[in-house]
Amino acid sequence: MIAAIEPTWYLIVASLLFGIGAFGLLVRRNPLVMFMCIELMLNAANLTFVAFATSLGDINGQTAVFFVLVVAAAEVVVGLGILVSILRRRPGATADDLAELKG
Amino acid sequence: MVELVWLIPAFPLLGFVAILLGGRKLGEPLAGLFATAMVAASFVVAVLIYLDLLGMDEAERSHTETLFSWVPVGDLQIDMAFLVDPLSITMCLFVTGIGALIHLYSIGYMHGDPKFSKFFLYLNLFVLSMTLLVLGSNLLVTFLGWEGVGTCSYLLISFWHTKDANATAGKKAFVTNRVGDFGVMLAMFLAFGAVGSIDYAVINDSALAGTLTTATATGIAALLFLGAVGKSAQLPLYVWLPDAMAGPTPVSALIHAATMVTAGVFLMVRINPVLGAAADWVPTTVAWVGAITALFAATIALAQNDIKKVLAYSTVSQLGYMFLAVGTGAYVAAIFHMVTHAFFKALLFLGSGSVIHGMHDEQDMRKMGKLFKLMPITASTFIVGWLAIAGVPPFAGFWSKDEILLFAGAENWALYAIGIVTAILTAFYMTRQVVMTFFGEQKWGSYANEEEAADLEVADDDEPVATHGAHGEFKPHESPPFMVIPLVVLAGLSIVGGIIQLPSLGIIPKNWQHKLLDWLHPLVEFEGSPVEGIGEAHIEDTTAYDMKVLLIFVAIGAALLGIAAGWAVYQKKLAKPIEPELLERGWGYDAAISWFMGKPGREAFQATADFDSTVVDGAVNGVATAVRETAQGVRKGQTGYVRQYAGVIGIGVVLLLGWFVVIRGLL
Amino acid sequence: MNTTALEYIVFFAASLMMLGGAVGVVLFRNPVHAALGLVLTLFGVAVHFVAQEAHFLAAVQVIVYAGAIVVLFLFVIMLLGVDKAVDLTIEPIPIQRPLAAVMTVGLVGLITAAVVKAGDAIGTLNPGLGIDVAGDIGRDGQVVSSDGNIQQLARNLYNDHVLAFQLTSVLLIVAVAGTVLLTRKWPKQGAAA
Repeated sequence: MIAAIEPTWYLIVASLLFGIGAFGLLVRRNPLVMFMCIELMLNAANLTFVAFATSLGDINGQTAVFFVLVVAAAEVVVGLGILVSILRRRPGATADDLAELKG
Repeated sequence: MVELVWLIPAFPLLGFVAILLGGRKLGEPLAGLFATAMVAASFVVAVLIYLDLLGMDEAERSHTETLFSWVPVGDLQIDMAFLVDPLSITMCLFVTGIGALIHLYSIGYMHGDPKFSKFFLYLNLFVLSMTLLVLGSNLLVTFLGWEGVGTCSYLLISFWHTKDANATAGKKAFVTNRVGDFGVMLAMFLAFGAVGSIDYAVINDSALAGTLTTATATGIAALLFLGAVGKSAQLPLYVWLPDAMAGPTPVSALIHAATMVTAGVFLMVRINPVLGAAADWVPTTVAWVGAITALFAATIALAQNDIKKVLAYSTVSQLGYMFLAVGTGAYVAAIFHMVTHAFFKALLFLGSGSVIHGMHDEQDMRKMGKLFKLMPITASTFIVGWLAIAGVPPFAGFWSKDEILLFAGAENWALYAIGIVTAILTAFYMTRQVVMTFFGEQKWGSYANEEEAADLEVADDDEPVATHGAHGEFKPHESPPFMVIPLVVLAGLSIVGGIIQLPSLGIIPKNWQHKLLDWLHPLVEFEGSPVEGIGEAHIEDTTAYDMKVLLIFVAIGAALLGIAAGWAVYQKKLAKPIEPELLERGWGYDAAISWFMGKPGREAFQATADFDSTVVDGAVNGVATAVRETAQGVRKGQTGYVRQYAGVIGIGVVLLLGWFVVIRGLL
Repeated sequence: MNTTALEYIVFFAASLMMLGGAVGVVLFRNPVHAALGLVLTLFGVAVHFVAQEAHFLAAVQVIVYAGAIVVLFLFVIMLLGVDKAVDLTIEPIPIQRPLAAVMTVGLVGLITAAVVKAGDAIGTLNPGLGIDVAGDIGRDGQVVSSDGNIQQLARNLYNDHVLAFQLTSVLLIVAVAGTVLLTRKWPKQGAAA
């Protein structure tokens, strides 16, 4: 009746998610929100992995997602730790304050 | 024996190195004797090789002795090789012979000079360079010698360089020579480009065989003539020779009379096939330049008061004769005159050196006079030289000058006229010189020259400083044996030197005639080639040849006329001497050059310098400025904002992806 | 296999949640609202996982991501007191927004184009990796596996990727220890915190 849901659709949706995440990363200045956009992009990648795992019949895709998840967690921990350290000293800091490379 | 030709330059080289290392220890007079011995040894080797060549057949007399491969670079193969043939051996003979005599003379002349050894160092270096020049079998070895003699000339002219004038004279010689050297270098490049070699054998054969285009031959000949003009002091590059008299007299005798200045003539004779293959205007120009220089210099010599300057201008004039001979194709006559001129001009210079020595370094003829009785040997030998240069038979100069005039007349009567007038003037000014120096009135007093006079005056008034003579008076004296012996030898040569090329007159026995022509003619006369090499046979159909005997008498008459006129004006005081200041200043030639270089020349040079600093430097600096401006512009992209950098990275990712998708054909 | 309407609805609902949440993360002015948007996205992704029979991953996604990570985010936001609304119109770099837009459009467009063009090469969806589908026919027409999703995942993880697994555990420990050190307030002896 209706067309089958192709893996292609999942890929397109994932790429949309990735695009939104990238856009947000570049546009938002609050460090915490930028971090959340990074999470969005990671999720998009996960979705892609799973879509391919299903379409190729290979479990390795899901294993990859597993690892991405773990590493993302670790990364969030460390990243937020850094952010806490910085924002404790300079409460209003944004990503634009890192302008040492100006030349 | 011919293989030993390398000894000829080797002996002076040994002398040079030995004196360089131990000259100060050898001191006076050992250094001088050693140097003389070296040159004499070269002379002995040259004589032996000459005898060896005499024993060979005419056609076999040309040998090339290669020492080593000097420049082996691809197509350019140049060897350090010597060409032993009649021409080079003739040159070697009189270079080393007269060189040895002058070395001997210098031992006496430079006595007491603190730089005694250094003088002989340079003299040996000079003989080394000159022998390289004449023996070279290719243009590069000759050029090595050419530059070497130029350098030695510079070193020796400014030998007493603590005086500014001497140093300047040395520089002038070097710079003027350099202008000519430029021509020689260009000729070398042209020759290599045309025939692929700079060997004389290859170039000359190519010219004879007709494979050398007229344009190339013209170029080579003209450029080498430019070099000759510089080295042999012809118009317009003669200006260094009169100033070169600032050097010690033996230097003037050796370098600026007998040897270095003849290098130009030698070079032209060496490449005479090329000269023949060149366009007609080249030999004509050579002849005219020679003739006009001869006349020009003779007029200036009339008004000179320095004893050496007269001889310097005389040398320029006689060299003009030699180029006149080359230009009219009389190569043998040119070489003949070169040899005889070497004899009598060296004699005259050494004689003047003896006079200067005896007069305690006084060189102005207006302060001499009546020296005949006080310096008898010097005077007698000087008189022999005078008669030789004036062209009085049977002295050497007469025969060679006559032959040149004969060929000049066969070519163009205007050239002959100039030659005869110059001969008259030559006789005239030489007579003037002899009279002013040895006869005439005594113009010197109890002091030798002004410097000594000043010393005398500040000394005690009662007791004049004793310089010479029994009563505390100054008296010119004869020179020591070291100086006198060479004078005598050269005088003898000047008397009998004409023997080597007696003309073909009926009264002279057949096998005494043309000895030099027979010796040299394989090098200048070629059978059945499209190029003209000339012996007397080639001008048999000209009027001049028919009037040969008459021309001889005209030449003798010209000589006697000049002598008589000079005697009348200066000794007998029958007429007032005409010595215009214009002539004394050399027709203002030097002044003209100075003015030209000072004003228009300087402005041109300044313009070039300005061009360099604005355009060239401006371009270089402009590049730097452009880079800086661009960098400033690019710098604006470095804002320091991390987010922007991330954005740019993202754009890069997009582009990369785009390349994959679009170009790599996923689409 | 024909897709039922339910699957369709599930797909679009989940996609809507996912993308809506994402847009919310980007556009909400208050960071707390953005975090909530993130939660919505994570749920959407979890639903997608379930739809593709990656049940274990869906569970882990909810527990770890939505449960732990987002909570951590909210903790930090509250701790630092940045939970006030920000003015979104300030942008010191004038070129940034157009740059980001270009990049996003380019990226999405190109990937979409590539994927669409690849078309059949990607293959069809054949969920043979779920729990209740012992004996399901796989891609080549053979029985894929009789194990459930978790068993397959575990078998793959602990057999083929054991080293990576161990290293990941080390990574976690290092991350925790490092962060504790980073954020510690040192006693005042001149050393900065």
